[in-house]
Amino acid sequence: MGKRLLLEHAHVESIDRLDVYRRHGGYAAVEKALKSMSPAEVVEEVKKSGLRGRGGAGFPTGLKWSFLDKKSGRPRYLVCNADESEPGTFKDRYLMEKLPHLLLEGIIVSSYALESHCAFIYVRGEFRWIIKILERAIEEACAAGWLGKNILGTGFDLDIIVHPGAGAYICGEETALLESLEGKRGLPRIKPPFPAVVGLYGMPTVVNNVETLAATPWIVLNGGDAYASIGIGKSTGTKLISACGNIRKPGVYEIELGLSLEEFLYSDEWCGGMEGAYGLKAVVPGGSSVPILPASLALKTASGQPRLLSYESLAEGGFESGSMLGSGGFIVYDEAQCIVRNTFNFARFYHHESCGQCSPCREGTGWLERILHKLEEGHGTLADIDLLWDVQKKIEGNTICPLGDAAAWPVASAIRHFRHEFEEHVHHPERCLFRRRQAAVPVNALAEPV
Amino acid sequence: MIRITIDDIETQVEEGTTILNAARKIGGKIVPPAMCYYSSLPGSGGKCRACLVKVEQASARDPRPMPKLVASCCTPAQDGMVVRNITSPEVIEARKGVVELLLVNHPLDCPICDQAGECDLQNFAYEHGLEKTRSEFPRRTFDPIDIGPHIQLHMTRCILCYRCTLVADQLTNERVHGILWRGEVSEISTYIQKAIDNDFSGNMIDVCPVGALTDKHFRFRNRVWFLNPMDAHRACSKCSGKVVLWLRGKEIYRVTARKDAYGEVHDFICNACRWEHYDLNDWVVEGPRSFQPWSVINANKYNAQTKELPDQLYSKLDNRRWNEFEGVT
Repeated sequence: MGKRLLLEHAHVESIDRLDVYRRHGGYAAVEKALKSMSPAEVVEEVKKSGLRGRGGAGFPTGLKWSFLDKKSGRPRYLVCNADESEPGTFKDRYLMEKLPHLLLEGIIVSSYALESHCAFIYVRGEFRWIIKILERAIEEACAAGWLGKNILGTGFDLDIIVHPGAGAYICGEETALLESLEGKRGLPRIKPPFPAVVGLYGMPTVVNNVETLAATPWIVLNGGDAYASIGIGKSTGTKLISACGNIRKPGVYEIELGLSLEEFLYSDEWCGGMEGAYGLKAVVPGGSSVPILPASLALKTASGQPRLLSYESLAEGGFESGSMLGSGGFIVYDEAQCIVRNTFNFARFYHHESCGQCSPCREGTGWLERILHKLEEGHGTLADIDLLWDVQKKIEGNTICPLGDAAAWPVASAIRHFRHEFEEHVHHPERCLFRRRQAAVPVNALAEPV
Repeated sequence: MIRITIDDIETQVEEGTTILNAARKIGGKIVPPAMCYYSSLPGSGGKCRACLVKVEQASARDPRPMPKLVASCCTPAQDGMVVRNITSPEVIEARKGVVELLLVNHPLDCPICDQAGECDLQNFAYEHGLEKTRSEFPRRTFDPIDIGPHIQLHMTRCILCYRCTLVADQLTNERVHGILWRGEVSEISTYIQKAIDNDFSGNMIDVCPVGALTDKHFRFRNRVWFLNPMDAHRACSKCSGKVVLWLRGKEIYRVTARKDAYGEVHDFICNACRWEHYDLNDWVVEGPRSFQPWSVINANKYNAQTKELPDQLYSKLDNRRWNEFEGVT
């Protein structure tokens, strides 16, 4: 059993209530930080811990905090990004549902470190029930004096406001989130300036993912060095992985970074191996926007090393033979899955969620979807595959925010690693695995004629 | 002052100047095209991605290159920055991509579009586009909406540069139109049952880079290259009164604001100047307006105005940069 820093008490009955949470050591980090540490010391511990943003980009949290403009004396805000909408990712939802007070504790500690007196939780609009859970938790914490004016008599004030989004994927991008929080259209801002200088309402702002903030209480209690000793290399600590797809035990798992992908996939402790009779075909290791890895590259890197679940190991080989840890949405495909269908499905999502502000993404995502639809329906030509490659290249890196990249990467990697399957759709569309499954035709191997 | 090098040409600019404006200071072919940036409308830019450039060296202090191409219209120049525009194949390739993507849904019916001849997208596509379209899917179309008495909206042609919303925000009392929906189906529309009707609404037509917003009083009455543009002014209590009259013989076909070498208006004009003075006697005519030599609006005009043959004129202009052409006539 690996170390569990976040989900240690997740299975305790009524842990979402303050008294139960408190009995299991809750809010000790707030007491320790507010009573015996200075804000700078908390920042220093987080820096030492090597904690990296858990939302997808993996930016060092301590470094992000140190960019915050504290000198100008303007109000500072902490915003918790709970707009988890990446297909395949459902870790924050689990965390907030089970342990709302852990998130609040993390926000209090982090706000103290940033000397912010107002924090926002921007919750994805579809998470209606979680909004209620969070609001009840905030009420409990306020009543018990963990929030509000003069917390623990230390003179530190903090309010937490829960703000529901309206269900747009783009509002998970930090600047679009800030626009939406301000009541405007959720369009990403042009950077620079970065939120650390001009953020919410023009004030210095830090935007952190739910899981990142939830990791801070443990760091405060046990020290940054203790956190840094968990994990491997620059991937310190633990990470929540939401596993789904054709596996025996889908769910949210907390792993120590550096666990091998093979062990995570096949061990009974985690995913429990493949579900059904088919073998592993591909893995998307970090949510829909990261490149897909075929089975051979998922288990071993191109250089023959075992593939580990860490920021570095998953990225090894660049986009040629690697992927990204991303947000930890671990999607597993068995040999009966159609990669073209899956790529089309992702492209449809990004087309629907493109905000329409900048032209490559607005026009390109729709084009990608249409070409993929044509291929999937069996009307495609070999030239369409090359066109698809060309179009994704023209989107990638040329957009305001990473949504363009997120739309381009799955398409690029699918063509790179599964070109034969696209070609199969051109030459023998009737062999499409998706359609054969729909028609309840037994699927054995791609090569087998119908 | 800071030093910046663009395509191996060094210049000095004020701190806070964007790469695009530094390039415009140098002038000539190294100026990136811009479809959404508008220097007289703060907050514009960053959206069309036509002005992408490669930053080879971020600054003297941090000599690393920037990982992605950046939008030159909203990236501030740093001291010691080294930028590549037309000397970078990567930039040219990206720009081709932007044109192609902008044209995926833009109708290719310039011959029946009223903007033809003065359309930024047409010029941009002519310079960077492919000769044929690779998209075979039906283009996005919209139902026509009546947005007011003076302006015709043809949303099908819109490239969503957001300039017209900035005009409404910055020049008029209240904005009654904006962007609805999101993504590919976003469209410009007015607030329920509101019409765009204020003293400066006509400027929305001038800032529109394509034929999405056209002048109801002028559209389809004439082609711009058949008209003679003349600088003129009148005393106006609302605006500068500096305009361009578009004449055919002595008849004024339309009145617009004056655009600079980059197609940008700096002295916005009021609707009274634009639509209420079609009599030549209302105006003090200053002389013919000159356009970039490649502009179709010049067709057959140099002869008459300069009393020189075009060939002689062009030989005179050799070795000079485009921005020096201003005032040639």
